[in-house]
Amino acid sequence: MVRLTREPIDPAAVTDAVRDPHCGAVALFLGTVRDLTGDAVTVALDYEAYGPMAEKKLAEIAAEVRRRWPVGGVALVHRLGRLAVGEVSVAAAVSCPHRAEAFDALRFAVDTLKELVPIWKKENAPDGTGEWQHQSAKPGAR
Amino acid sequence: MTHRVLLFAAARDLAAADAVAVELPAGATVADLRAALAARVPGLAPLLRRSSVAVNHDFAEDDRVIAPADELAVIPPVSGG
Repeated sequence: MVRLTREPIDPAAVTDAVRDPHCGAVALFLGTVRDLTGDAVTVALDYEAYGPMAEKKLAEIAAEVRRRWPVGGVALVHRLGRLAVGEVSVAAAVSCPHRAEAFDALRFAVDTLKELVPIWKKENAPDGTGEWQHQSAKPGAR
Repeated sequence: MTHRVLLFAAARDLAAADAVAVELPAGATVADLRAALAARVPGLAPLLRRSSVAVNHDFAEDDRVIAPADELAVIPPVSGG
């Protein structure tokens, strides 16, 4: 399961999607909207994607996870649109025979997603102003 | 040849458009595209230096030659997750 969605993410559905009889470990990561970035108060985030490229990069990350670890299932789901504080913006789940590889595979998937997938968030302050977050390095640079 | 370049997030806000048209000679590279974009929309230049360029949904190096039907996009530093 690899997709972008404008609907709320159901963590149980994402977890169920990766369950496998050969796998004794299922690891789930949820990214949620935080109310503070440093001292700046956020009331909502707007997420935007370059859809076709984001879906392609998510699929490539899932394939790389399968190549590196003995994965039963991998799921990467990112929400788009306006999200309130506390809502789930991203869900990633991996199943593996054992927990160590499940944790490693999940961490790689989330770290790589944050580095490569063309999705951007705008932080909206209580005064109605919004700021696109572009503080990371040039994406995809080698 | 005229190429349409897709813009996202702050790049779109700076250009006040979700795409811009740039004129490039045959055989132009991603580096040429960057120069043409910065000339066409000067306010975009600082962010452009921190951004990647995507060709057909993959990150492209500056020496990549652009073909007529390529889908081009400016990818500012990403902030998903």
